Amino acid sequence: MVVKAASLLAAEGAGNPLIPHTYELVVGIFAFLVVFLVVGRMLVPRIQKTLAERTDAIEGGIKRAEEAQAQAQELQRQYAANLEEARREAARLREDAREQAAQIKVELREEAQAEARRLVEAAHVQIEADRQAAFAQLRTEIGRLSTELAGRIVGESLEDEARQSRIVDRFLDELESSNAQAVR
Amino acid sequence: MSALTVLAPHGDQFGAPTPEELFNLPPIIPGVDWFTKPVLLALLASVVVIVLCWGAFANPKVVPRGLQNVVEYGYMFVRDQVARPFLGKDADRWMGLLVSIFFLVLVWNLMGVIPVLQFPVASHIAFPAVLAGLIYILKIYLGMKHQGPVGYFKNMMFPPGLPKFIYVLLAPIEFLSNLIIAPFTHAVRLFANMFAGHMLLAFFSMVGFWFLFEKLTPLGAPVGVLGVLMTIVLTGFEMFIQFLQAFLFAMLAAMYIGNSLHAEH
Repeated sequence: MVVKAASLLAAEGAGNPLIPHTYELVVGIFAFLVVFLVVGRMLVPRIQKTLAERTDAIEGGIKRAEEAQAQAQELQRQYAANLEEARREAARLREDAREQAAQIKVELREEAQAEARRLVEAAHVQIEADRQAAFAQLRTEIGRLSTELAGRIVGESLEDEARQSRIVDRFLDELESSNAQAVR
Repeated sequence: MSALTVLAPHGDQFGAPTPEELFNLPPIIPGVDWFTKPVLLALLASVVVIVLCWGAFANPKVVPRGLQNVVEYGYMFVRDQVARPFLGKDADRWMGLLVSIFFLVLVWNLMGVIPVLQFPVASHIAFPAVLAGLIYILKIYLGMKHQGPVGYFKNMMFPPGLPKFIYVLLAPIEFLSNLIIAPFTHAVRLFANMFAGHMLLAFFSMVGFWFLFEKLTPLGAPVGVLGVLMTIVLTGFEMFIQFLQAFLFAMLAAMYIGNSLHAEH
């Protein structure tokens, strides 16, 4: 405080410190203008450009990373979708195969049954035919045998052809009507 | 050496250094009156700022190294603490001016604690006055350009949205503070801080020198030790003040420019 007061008093005497020297004003302007022209006008724009480039580089890096991440996620999503699709497809194929197998089984069974029926029917027809044939043969055989037997029993009385045949037929008809139910 | 010359008139008694002795320095080369120590240091400061900035920014790299890192730190400080708060999106356009002012004033001030040089250039009012004057002219020019020759003064003295009778009081105050006092305080704040700081440092270093070297006595020695300790502490403090005043000077410049570009208060 004392120092300051003393200084202010002394300043009154020789050269008030608040009154600028003219040559210092000139030098001050010169010193500032030189700095402003070189630093402010030349160098600061350069560093500003570099800082902008740096910001670009950093932001570009971040942007690229984000893009890469987005791509990776998209890819992953696609893979997941494809996998899901494949699973569904496989399940569908399995289901189809099972249905086809069941159908084939049913068809085979039906075919087998039809074949069996056909075989049984053919057998029936054959049997019927055999029976008819046997019956026809038996009929003639029985006729001949009975005639011969009867001839032997009654002698020549039955030599005459027409009579013989009539008698046999009558006999057979009788036989047939009485035995029809039993044979069928 | 300088202490001895300063001490000469006091004889046997300790005398505090007077502003006359500290600030009224003789020409370095006898006969060349204008070439004094402050003038030399002012020019030297320009050279230092230009050399440092040239080394850092002449060929700047996207990935900074060495000097570019250091000076870029200063640039970032001016941009983020001075330009952007007051100029917003216009900050980049005014960075050249603000960086020049901040760096130059900072180096001017730091001359006060650099050994051997030890004289803050801004403690001579002419240097802060030149810068404050340039900012003042720029401020009025920008205000008239962006708000109109009448609009500038109207926005300054009659900000809208106040009761009518307030303007009777407000208009002269605003006129005085913006156009008369502002440039004066802008320059004097820096000048007075450097002036007082230099006197404090000179006083305590003189105490140390006088009581420990010139007149070493059992009673005086502790005072001398105190003087040396105070010199060390105050040198640290002074460096902080020197930085702070450079920051403040650039900040006020940014504020004046910002107020001229946009009318809102």
